[in-house]
Amino acid sequence: MYLPFLYELRARGVPVGTTEAVQLARALKAGLHEQSLDGFYHVARALLVHREGHLDDFDQAFLKVFRGVEVESKKVQDELLEWLKKAMPIADQLTDEERALLENLDPEELQKLFEKRLEEQKERHDGGNKWIGTAGTSPFGHSGKAARQGIRVGGPGGGRSAIKTADARLYQGYRQDLTLDVRQMQLALRKLRTYVRIGGDEELDLEGTIAATAKNAGELEVVVRPPRRPNTRVILMMDVGGSMDPFALLCSRLFSAAKKSTHFKELRTYYFHNCVYGRVYETERFTDPVRIEDLLHECGPHYKLILVGDALMAPYELMSPGGALSYEGEERMEGISWLMRLRNHFRKSVWLNPEPPRYWEGNTIENIRGVFDMYPLTLEGLGEAMSHLLRTR
Amino acid sequence: MSEFARFTGTTTYLTSPSLESAVNCALALERPLLVRGEPGTGKTLLAEAVSAALDHELIRWNVKSTTRAQDGLYVYDTVQRLYDSRFQDKNVGDIRQYIKLGPMGEAFAAKKRVVLLIDEIDKADVEFPNDLLNELDRMRFTIDELQEEVAATQRPVVIITSNAEKELPDAFLRRCVFHFIDFPTPELMADIVRVHHPDLEDRLAEQAIEAFFELRAMKRLRKRPSTSELVDWIAVLRAAGVADVKLEAALPFLGTLLKKEQDLVAFADQLSGGKRWRS
Ligand SMILES: Nc1ncnc2c1ncn2[C@@H]1O[C@H](COP(=O)(O)OP(=O)(O)O)[C@@H](O)[C@H]1O
Ligand SMILES: [Mg+2]
Repeated sequence: MYLPFLYELRARGVPVGTTEAVQLARALKAGLHEQSLDGFYHVARALLVHREGHLDDFDQAFLKVFRGVEVESKKVQDELLEWLKKAMPIADQLTDEERALLENLDPEELQKLFEKRLEEQKERHDGGNKWIGTAGTSPFGHSGKAARQGIRVGGPGGGRSAIKTADARLYQGYRQDLTLDVRQMQLALRKLRTYVRIGGDEELDLEGTIAATAKNAGELEVVVRPPRRPNTRVILMMDVGGSMDPFALLCSRLFSAAKKSTHFKELRTYYFHNCVYGRVYETERFTDPVRIEDLLHECGPHYKLILVGDALMAPYELMSPGGALSYEGEERMEGISWLMRLRNHFRKSVWLNPEPPRYWEGNTIENIRGVFDMYPLTLEGLGEAMSHLLRTR
Repeated sequence: MSEFARFTGTTTYLTSPSLESAVNCALALERPLLVRGEPGTGKTLLAEAVSAALDHELIRWNVKSTTRAQDGLYVYDTVQRLYDSRFQDKNVGDIRQYIKLGPMGEAFAAKKRVVLLIDEIDKADVEFPNDLLNELDRMRFTIDELQEEVAATQRPVVIITSNAEKELPDAFLRRCVFHFIDFPTPELMADIVRVHHPDLEDRLAEQAIEAFFELRAMKRLRKRPSTSELVDWIAVLRAAGVADVKLEAALPFLGTLLKKEQDLVAFADQLSGGKRWRS
């Protein structure tokens, strides 16, 4: 019964695996859903979804699988089980053992069965599939001869089977692991943390105590020290819009990773477009400008500067005074000079570029690399950039 | 799976069917319950309600940015031991008296089943939740200094809270029963207000709740007021004998709702500027 639903969730990128399937089986066996579809909805959601970002996927999957299933006061468990059995064109071919398993929902056995079925789904076989009737004679698959109104297993119908639709996205959840996610970025940013000991005495300094006690001819001398506190201040400036659009998701992840990092004493985030000309902005919509002059005044050379951008623009945008934009009453300076100013002010700075390094030549990237140490915005590049920011000289 | 007592809220804690389901799943499957949601959605209060409803003692572990997993198990008070070593009246050879169990340690050692609240887990280091996995799974740990194991005889009911939008590690998430508490709808909010102010006049309740939701809808606020601020605000209004609150006028005791200077300024701006309320 719930196997098709689990497939549906997986198809939507909700990573349900055997752990979840088994937990759900245990919960149903314990009657936590109180034999109603509503109950099933809440129990399944609590056990199959692990983050709020997937709740909508859950709802959609649920609608798709269960819309029109008539429950009323009947026992949903039996009904769904029945439905599943009928939905299997080869139900007759199920071994007695398999059928018994399904009916008893034994967690361990179910886990094995589920794993096996997943394997089979992976190996892919068109037409005859074992779980949900599609082109076959299943009364419940939506293109089956006897398709019954209201029970749709998924997919828009018309020859495209639910499983095919599901199959196309079945492992999407795993593929996401390949791109740089917020957590990986957070871990990379952690490298930047440094600590100082300031504030009231709170913590035992064991080594200090031993040394002092020894010096004191064995008379105990307890030494305490202030606890460690984060001491890194970071400025993150990010290029948005235009040629950066394809990287928007990646960049927003970096931003949220930085924002979530609790080990910075201070984090300032700003936006710019193409290049920095005299100002950066507090918002992505370029409101709340901050003059570079003021920024440099407020932030000493000990701040670590991280710029994120593709460094790609028309040469005049980088090289001519005022660049693409100009501000009244403000010193007109080339973009490249503004960048040098930033570079010269801060002791440590890096430029992270989402553009792959093979495109880093024969364009403005080359000029900007002459100013900033540039690293690709990949897991590796990010790690190297952080090490660079830490090196003392 | 043993029989378990079901949770259906308390007279002072309002639940929804989905929250009850999540709690009951956690109870029946003996897995930690992770509750996420905006501040003021009743995450912390849930642990208290579960503890009260099931009549289990509540043990709290308030996580801070410096909290380490080890702190939850036990700490070895070397300082005290060093001090004591100067005098003869205590047997410093007995390490046991210098081992102090942390909240998790206490929860495992308890004779009866307890509710363990790990509050605001996202405040600690990103690795912190992963560091807890082993102990949460096994419900036992060893005190190295004593070569002794602390093992739960009754698996505690573990309730973990986290603010929305903070990322937690996958491995950790997969161990937990999950529930996301939505910010209360105005209707639920009215009920919550009722719980805290049973004899509140309907008119003031309505007006206050309306003003509260209008305020939350303002985009420029850095910190939107939450349920507890509303409850406090109403208390202040009543204490001061205020019978009416109007959106158009400056709200009385606004400082109870908006705690940040910038937000008070932003609010004044929007009122005086004659701009639309919801900018
Ligand atoms: N479901 C609820 N029932 C009753 N009161 C609630 C509820 N949710 C929130 N509150 C009120 O909101 C206040 C804040 O709740 P709290 O648990 O501290 O929120 P959180 O931990 O999510 O930030 C509580 O003290 C209570 O007054
Ligand atoms: Mg709380």
